[in-house]
Amino acid sequence: MSDATNAAKPAALPIKDAGPRGFLVSSPPHLAAGATTQRIMFEVLLAMLPLFGFALYMFRLSAIVLTVATIAGALAAEALGNLMRKRDQSSVYDGSAIVTGAILAFSLPPSLNPYMAFLGGMVGIALGKIVFGGIGNNLFNPAMVGRAFLMICFPAALVSFTPTAPMTAAGVDATTMATPLYAAAKQMDLPSMSALWLGNTGGCLGETSAIAALIGGLYLVIRGVADWRQPLALLLTAGIFAQIAHWIAPDAHPGATFHLTSGAMMFGAFFIATDYVGAPVNPWGRLIFGAGVGLLVMVIRLFGAYPEGFMFAILIMNSLTPVIERVTTPTPFGGKVEA
Amino acid sequence: MIAALRERLSGLKSFQRGIHPPHRKKYSEHAPIELFTPTGDLLIPMSQHIGPPCKPTIKPREEIEYGQIIGDIDHPISAPIHATLKGKTAMTVITTLPGPGGKRCDAIPLKPSEEGAVPENFLASFLDRNWDSVEPTKYEPEEIITKIRAGGLVGMGGATFPTYFKLKRNPDRPVDTLLLNGAECEPYLTADHRLMVECPEGIIVGLELARHAAGAERAIIAIEENKPDAIEALKKAAVGHNVEIAVCATKYPMGGERQLIPAVLGRTVPSAPKGLPLDVGVVVVNVSTAHGIARAVVRDQPFTHRVVTVTGLGVKKPGNYLTPIGTKFSELIESAAGGVTSEAIKVLAGGPMMGPTVPNLNVPVIKGVGGITVMIDQETAHWHETPCIRCGRCIDNCPLYLSPTKIAHAIKHREYDLANEFDMQACCECGCCSYICPAQIPLAQYIRAGKNQWRIMQTKQKATT
Ligand code: SF4
Ligand code: SF4
Repeated sequence: MSDATNAAKPAALPIKDAGPRGFLVSSPPHLAAGATTQRIMFEVLLAMLPLFGFALYMFRLSAIVLTVATIAGALAAEALGNLMRKRDQSSVYDGSAIVTGAILAFSLPPSLNPYMAFLGGMVGIALGKIVFGGIGNNLFNPAMVGRAFLMICFPAALVSFTPTAPMTAAGVDATTMATPLYAAAKQMDLPSMSALWLGNTGGCLGETSAIAALIGGLYLVIRGVADWRQPLALLLTAGIFAQIAHWIAPDAHPGATFHLTSGAMMFGAFFIATDYVGAPVNPWGRLIFGAGVGLLVMVIRLFGAYPEGFMFAILIMNSLTPVIERVTTPTPFGGKVEA
Repeated sequence: MIAALRERLSGLKSFQRGIHPPHRKKYSEHAPIELFTPTGDLLIPMSQHIGPPCKPTIKPREEIEYGQIIGDIDHPISAPIHATLKGKTAMTVITTLPGPGGKRCDAIPLKPSEEGAVPENFLASFLDRNWDSVEPTKYEPEEIITKIRAGGLVGMGGATFPTYFKLKRNPDRPVDTLLLNGAECEPYLTADHRLMVECPEGIIVGLELARHAAGAERAIIAIEENKPDAIEALKKAAVGHNVEIAVCATKYPMGGERQLIPAVLGRTVPSAPKGLPLDVGVVVVNVSTAHGIARAVVRDQPFTHRVVTVTGLGVKKPGNYLTPIGTKFSELIESAAGGVTSEAIKVLAGGPMMGPTVPNLNVPVIKGVGGITVMIDQETAHWHETPCIRCGRCIDNCPLYLSPTKIAHAIKHREYDLANEFDMQACCECGCCSYICPAQIPLAQYIRAGKNQWRIMQTKQKATT
């Protein structure tokens, strides 16, 4: 029908002319920002690229092998879990298992046997996520659950570090095989500040370069993918704690900059502590969570049996999340609703 | 985060949180207001304000004049209803209202007479910019109030609260500031915008009258920064008047009372449902309502027409049409806006953030409808609900600092008391949470359903006890 005949038609429009199906009825709003879970996970992976690049430079093939192994393990567990619970496989494609796998890989030592890494990924998803009911329902960070499992099963493999070619070239002593934190705990010579920032030191895949973690982390914060609250509270608390310890016993404890740039601190602050599910959703809750992790990491580093305590700190704070959540429910803008 | 920083630096007035949906105002923002006079039957509902519906005051099959009162009720929260065209009435029927929940009410059909249905030169007199001779203070406040009621004015921003009642002085609760709301933060809609551009003088006169009636000292007009021509026009018209123009950031929901008042005045309105702007000494009036006040008080013109934006990719000729109340959506869309395209899938009474859908086009335009948005598939959101990933975005963007994810979760499990503990009743249903949720959970929709369900349960409980 041409426009001319359209205009000549009687003005009133009976319902059937409104379109063959009538119109959709739905409740507003009718617009959405278009963000999806998948997109968020993609951005997290994107932010991990600088770290991955550095790991590739430092550890060569083992960086790839470990990352592939953990991700494969995580995806396999996710798919199996869906099969067993007769759910569709959409959660395999939402990217969350890939992120879990990648984060786990980045917190493993490069010399780890890939089959252990695969197992870690599987167990992390299975015990950390699926038993709780899948994405959004887990209490603990699945990557950290996987790492804890490996820590229990293969304690020796998880703390052995072998320096690689770039490290020896940078002057790391090949015989000590020590990570900076181990060196600090044993009061050995510490790597230089620039080595810590850049990352030519020993350590787990994603732990060595503070700068690469910072770049990726800031990207996440600026894009609004990660909340700024956890990293800020975490780094501030840990920094203050370390500096106070340094003032009290300057010989025994290196200062704040050392602790903030060594080990899993930067990576963990931006990538592990900001994981949505195990952390509180309330703004104040997130600050408390971050501060709690920062405090626990430093307590473990300075007084615990392990040189690094990120995993324990996260798992402990995860278990406290429901409590934190309850006490930090935000007050509405105009005050609590009067009954 | 970046958006929040940029806003801080811009120095524009704003509130905390909120979202930045696409404006999509370009379809109609430059289209001048056109008069539309339907030839088909009007359907004038008796319930066009908050409060009890009016009773017809005329007999069926009566010839009536333009502007004659056809419905009224003796109740403080009410506004009379006028014949919006000259014509002949018929037996009262029942119609669906273009509002949330598709409420039904009585309506008077009106067949417009073939000649002179609308007064001559109506558009010119509606947009008449010559208000110089008007001396607002020569009217007594009571006189203004009476004339506003007689004019049938209700809040044209959508809340449809009777305007006279809002402006009536109450010695116990004095008002110090009159805030004119020209934010028009809903995407797509441009009716207020066009009126501010085309008749700013009338708005200023309405503001002076409303201020005088309410006994307020300060008067502020708030406009979002994305309407520079409206800001310009109002600034010019306000010369010589004691009026401030507050330029606000373009952010949704700037036009909500609970956002506009903190943004412009820095005062916090207590939470709904009990708290009101009056609690902090403010009265908020929509700019179109102010224009209506000027016409009602100075020219004795009743509220018969309003500017309706017909827009969206689903209509052929988007524009701003001065439409008599009671015009059917079908006729307005078909005859004024060129009809719907074949891809149209949704018709909204209002804009896309808060406008409810209408199931068909047989519903009439009523006093609170400032726009009709016809959307095609590509421009609407589709909610494929997935599990909440606890990202916290809904909390971080809720302008009222609520926890939408928790309220919605409680409602899903029919735990209405728990939902109330999370302050469900304070929610203004702005939809920011649904807009932002990456798991595509229709949070605001759940909350709206929960509030309705709660209300039903309350009334049932009252009925049994
Ligand atoms: S909870 Fe209510 S007030 Fe808050 S963003 Fe959602 S709809 Fe708006
Ligand atoms: S925005 Fe959606 S996914 Fe994120 S916390 Fe709220 S409900 Fe959950």
